[in-house]
Amino acid sequence: MAIHTEFSSDRTAKRGRRKSHPKGRQLNTEALDEVRMALGDVAPERDLLIEFLHRLQDRFDFLSARHLNALANHMGLAEAEVYEVATFYAHFNVVKENEEPPPPLTLRVCNGIACEMAGCGELFDTVAKRLGKDVRVVSAPCVGACDKAPVAVLGHAQICKATPDSVAAAVAQGKAPVIEYDTTDFETYVADGGYQTLRALLDGGRARDDVLSTIEKSELRGLGGAGFPPARKWRFVLAEPKPRYLAVNADEGEPGTFKDRHCLESDPHRVLEGALIAAWTIEAKAVYIYLRDEYPVLHDALHREIARLKTAGLTKGVEVYLRRGAGAYVCGEESAMLESLEGKRGLPRNRPPYPAQAGLFGRPTLINNVETLFWLRDILEKGADWYRDAGRPHFYSVSGRVKEPGVKLAPATVTARQLIENYAGGMADGHTFKGYLPSGASGGILPARLADLPLDFRALEEHGCFIGSAAVVILSDSDDIRSVVLNLLRFFEDESCGQCSPCRLGTEKMIGMLEKRSWDAGLLAELGAAMRDASICGLGQAAPNPVESALRFFADEATGDGK
Amino acid sequence: MSKSIDFVLDGKAVEAAPDETIWQVAKRRGTVIPHLCHRDAPGYRPDGNCRACMVEVEGERVLAPSCLRQPTAGMKVTTSSERAVKARAMVLELLLADQPERRQSHHPNSLLWHWADDAGLTSSRFERHAAPTPDSSHPAMAVNLDACIHCNLCVRACREVQVNDVIGMAGRGAQARIVFDLGDPMGDSTCVACGECVQACPTGALMPASILDDAGVHTGAADKTVDSLCPYCGVGCQVTYHVRDNKILYVDGRDGPANQNRLCVKGRFGLDYAGHPHRLTVPLVRIDGVAKNATDSVDPADPFTHFREATWEEALDRAAEGLKRIRDRDGRHALAGFGSAKGSNEEAYLVQKMVRTGFGTNNVDHCTRLCHASSVAALMEGIGSGAVTAPFTAALDSDVIIVIGARPAQNHPVAATFIKNAQKRGAKLIVIDPRRQALSRHADTMLQFKPGSDVALLNAMIHTIIDEGLTDEQYIQGYTENFEAVKKGVADFTPEKMSDVCGIAPETIRAVARAYATAERSIIFWGMGISQHVHGTDNARCLIALALITGQVGRPGTGLHPLRGQNNVQGASDVGLIPMLYPDYSPVTDPDVRRRFEEFWGAELDPERGLTVVEIMNAVSEGTIKGLYIMGENPAMSDPDVTHVRQALATLEHLVVQDIFLTETAFHADVILPATAFPEKTGTFSNTNRQVQLGRQALEPPGEVRQDWWIIQEIAKRIGLEWSYTHPRDVFAEMRKIMPSIKGITWDRLEREDSVTYPCDSEDEPGQAIIFGDGYPTPSGRGKLVPTELVPPDELPDDTYPMVLTTGRMLEHWHTGAMTRRTQVLDALEPEAVASLNPRQLADMGLEPGESLRVTSRRGEIEITARADRDVPDGMIFIPFCFTEAAANILTNPQLDPIGKIPEFKFCAVRVEKAQP
Repeated sequence: MAIHTEFSSDRTAKRGRRKSHPKGRQLNTEALDEVRMALGDVAPERDLLIEFLHRLQDRFDFLSARHLNALANHMGLAEAEVYEVATFYAHFNVVKENEEPPPPLTLRVCNGIACEMAGCGELFDTVAKRLGKDVRVVSAPCVGACDKAPVAVLGHAQICKATPDSVAAAVAQGKAPVIEYDTTDFETYVADGGYQTLRALLDGGRARDDVLSTIEKSELRGLGGAGFPPARKWRFVLAEPKPRYLAVNADEGEPGTFKDRHCLESDPHRVLEGALIAAWTIEAKAVYIYLRDEYPVLHDALHREIARLKTAGLTKGVEVYLRRGAGAYVCGEESAMLESLEGKRGLPRNRPPYPAQAGLFGRPTLINNVETLFWLRDILEKGADWYRDAGRPHFYSVSGRVKEPGVKLAPATVTARQLIENYAGGMADGHTFKGYLPSGASGGILPARLADLPLDFRALEEHGCFIGSAAVVILSDSDDIRSVVLNLLRFFEDESCGQCSPCRLGTEKMIGMLEKRSWDAGLLAELGAAMRDASICGLGQAAPNPVESALRFFADEATGDGK
Repeated sequence: MSKSIDFVLDGKAVEAAPDETIWQVAKRRGTVIPHLCHRDAPGYRPDGNCRACMVEVEGERVLAPSCLRQPTAGMKVTTSSERAVKARAMVLELLLADQPERRQSHHPNSLLWHWADDAGLTSSRFERHAAPTPDSSHPAMAVNLDACIHCNLCVRACREVQVNDVIGMAGRGAQARIVFDLGDPMGDSTCVACGECVQACPTGALMPASILDDAGVHTGAADKTVDSLCPYCGVGCQVTYHVRDNKILYVDGRDGPANQNRLCVKGRFGLDYAGHPHRLTVPLVRIDGVAKNATDSVDPADPFTHFREATWEEALDRAAEGLKRIRDRDGRHALAGFGSAKGSNEEAYLVQKMVRTGFGTNNVDHCTRLCHASSVAALMEGIGSGAVTAPFTAALDSDVIIVIGARPAQNHPVAATFIKNAQKRGAKLIVIDPRRQALSRHADTMLQFKPGSDVALLNAMIHTIIDEGLTDEQYIQGYTENFEAVKKGVADFTPEKMSDVCGIAPETIRAVARAYATAERSIIFWGMGISQHVHGTDNARCLIALALITGQVGRPGTGLHPLRGQNNVQGASDVGLIPMLYPDYSPVTDPDVRRRFEEFWGAELDPERGLTVVEIMNAVSEGTIKGLYIMGENPAMSDPDVTHVRQALATLEHLVVQDIFLTETAFHADVILPATAFPEKTGTFSNTNRQVQLGRQALEPPGEVRQDWWIIQEIAKRIGLEWSYTHPRDVFAEMRKIMPSIKGITWDRLEREDSVTYPCDSEDEPGQAIIFGDGYPTPSGRGKLVPTELVPPDELPDDTYPMVLTTGRMLEHWHTGAMTRRTQVLDALEPEAVASLNPRQLADMGLEPGESLRVTSRRGEIEITARADRDVPDGMIFIPFCFTEAAANILTNPQLDPIGKIPEFKFCAVRVEKAQP
């Protein structure tokens, strides 16, 4: 019998999928086996998604669609949930079924402001041409080695003061030489009295109130950028119900900043002891250390040293987890970091609620910066007065046109001029001091005539700037303000999470305007005001700062009117 | 209760409720603050990303998103400060920069343009960035991300509201983009086309493809909108039809109690069937001399091989004469009538009234027999009511949710969204089914048990609960009877013994039993996987026992909920479209009841219960039933062993079919009466939640098509009944007089409120959503516990027929496919007959996905395309029964459950092999 099955009057309407399978990409069982192998026995908790992506990429060089699909299946997630995380972070390479996998070697040329001033643009062009297709050459935001600019990163290893030749040599070797650095190991640290302070706390030898009031009296400020007094934060968290968490922000990404790296490299246990002191103070259930992925050597070292802590019985009652970022400046923003620790995209949260109320996994969370923790032991050992009387010293990352860039320990009242002359060996040869960035890309630009202001919290605000993470980049007469501003805005555009319109579109449209021969100062100001007023987080709020500083202090050069 | 918050809004002292946002307070007070990423609708949390709603809060460094921010005591908020207004305008100007030109846009009246107009913006001073390529891979939805403003409403729609988890925001910053799965074209993705994203999109980036031209430009507005219902499943979604040129242009979900604006692919994109060229538009009568033949297939596009056009007068006369002739010659039991669960309450009521008072028989039934007859039998016996004890939205209040023998994400998609919402907010979800399904990924526990072993598994759970003392003694004492019998009955059903039978580890059985019993609030949902077995009634009895011995009934978050299939299967049953019950479940065999109805209808009534669907077909085969009136049902596709059914239909002396298409059943008709499609009629429909809702006519019927109530009345008049209804409201008014359950529901009230839950005693009460908090409408007032024994499926696999065939629906196709296969979108999504097997099974059998299979049972064979589907266990094949070219019901076993008289659609033995070319 004939069966009539032509129902549709328009058969051409039929687009789409293979009918031999259910909708969407089908699970590949081999890929699932490979994923399970790569992940080992670790339970597929949602917050480990980024860690798992790292493991897959470490093992297979890139993230293939079949592995992402299998990972989603393994974790009980939707593909979209995995994909949006994998594509948010710059260090993950997602390769779809119809795409060519990248060459096995990736070279990242840092285009942070210090590297740009040191000629990374030329370096990029030369190596890209010379290395051909064996190496994928990409630009990368500040990798935290601004004192050794320009920097390129081959695989996970940094090539400092890179030249086309040194890069080519490393590529030929298949890897860059590992950079040795001086560090204080566990034994040395303990021999020098390390962990005595913590042990005293653990053994009940010192009261919580004493710790809190000592830190308070010391006038220590949070050194991650915002300068919020840590003891006050601790008290907020203490007022909230348990369980509570401590998240350690080791994701310094502000261009020009490398002082947290310095702390962790030179004296990791001082930071770890600080973290455990803070954790003890707020009775945290666990400590999560969020380390930027640009510091792989540190990652291994910290991993090792944390294991030592456990063996030494110093982590009683508190779990310490080390988590790897994956290339996203915005994750240095504390709430974005929490999202990332939860295995999600690093989208800053709207506040309130504040992390102290609802932070990691929705629990009250204390977030402290590496350097803030670094100072705790000394302050508790030597007393609040000692720190205050020393002028509240902390580290300044100094880079740019100075003879001796690097991390400088100075009192909080130090000025740019003092930093240049007394700490950094003066201006580099042939360069005349023109201005400086007091805080990387975010903190605005100040002219040389304002180089005698103390580089302290609240001292620069009246000039539209701030000290932030104390990443001082020195500019000279050879630096074009328009190029500097464009570099910084491109950085913000690249690193904007894209969540809110003023930042996502504001940075993009602002660049369009800045690239024009003549700047529309009025519209730039209008746009900048909206970005500052309406962006969710500090990134978008601070993004117009370089433009506004340029218009305020370098107007003729900036607007193009002076040319 | 928390206290309200006093704060100052635009200089005025105002009060906010504890959870209210500034935006909500402002709206309540008459100021709608611009908003794009905030959707003021149930299920959508504010996200605060677009920044179009910024307001100024005194003392704060930056502006605050009013959609998200809750005021605190004493806060001073200004919505119209220069700073806030400027920032909001700048945000809109930034967003407008990249929009397509308004005249050439996908949605010139989008929310974005509305707020741009409001801010006096017509263009942007910023440069446009490069537009992404349109994605036209999906038949239902056009994706034009040039209009996307990254508000992520579609992501929330997909992930948080409907929880289909397809849409994501990939990339970062300027590279951020809306993606499907792993950045795949929408049409290649796992998208189930619920269209929630389209409804939520504020810019036109996601649009129904039906209202854009090939260039993606909006083709103009609808002529009118009509608030009505979805015609498909028992969820009962409220919709708004947007109509142009007497066609449905597109559909939006409305905020009905069952759907809260949500829809699924069928309800949103499957409504064009009414305008399909196959529509019956004139009455047809069989051409004299064209004999009936069981294997006949008539082309629905050209029925004139077998039928000729007739006037209504001729067709109705013929239809009635045939029925009258048989009744008068062979007696009333030689006639039977099928009504439809797709028709309205009024139509179903009229059909059963005509059969009972005009034909004079109780031989009246409908497809409830094929779906939940066993559930209803068990429920009537156990708790004295065949309906759900709580709406499916009660899941939102549950701590433990069991979904057994149901695939709501496919068959009750909108109900499934609430179950997924409940799981996301912390309820424990336990899914029990031989096949995995979309809900499995969300389940805390997935029990993939052996098909047909329900009683073993459920009794082992009951055993555990009793054995471990997890029963609710007080409840058992107060509200149940016969507990000892069940206790004794399950004594041998230890998890250890039952583990082999059902394939679930004893510890897992125990864990699930404990979870259900000890939770504060547990609810059970079930579907055809429970009911369509020869032990279907026993399956349901077990579920009832589980609930009663643990007291998980009658409170918020608890209950028994058989998910009803058809949009009006609840209503059709309520109004008595079943052979043993009059309206409101009044037994036909009770003399007092009968007398009441005889008086009410003014007719003598048949004192015997009538035959059920399959029994009627058997009686037709045997020649005792000679005349059949079928309104809106398609037994030639829907019944088991359809070869037998079609043979029976072909032997009928007189068959009248009233339908919208020439169905497989109509092939064998003597008279075919062209009926109205859902959007062409007005009437009330009762969903699975016991919500009586009003469907309103949106389209004019084509050709000579008449309203169904009118057609039924014209036949009734011609067989001797004196009817004079002038509108469905007359019928409803009559129903109210004899149905206490809907006493408080009037037609006017429905026109006002759209939906009222029954039982409803008076016009000023809302209706009882959760029932049986204090006993049951049984003779004793107690819930009756009934012990059950292990009964194996009727036809077990053997060497000749080694695999288990299970049948059901698929998301895109409704029932026998008569409607959905005639919609462009649904047909494009699932155009061909497919049978699902595990890829491992296919490989073992040397078969490739996409290959043609021959599937043979003791009753027949079909050829069908193989689909590799990991949800199906080894040893099983799943075939949807919607494909006429490969009708699953050629294969199915007509063996019935002895009590519910429901056939065992979920289990029969088949052989699967490669089709010979």
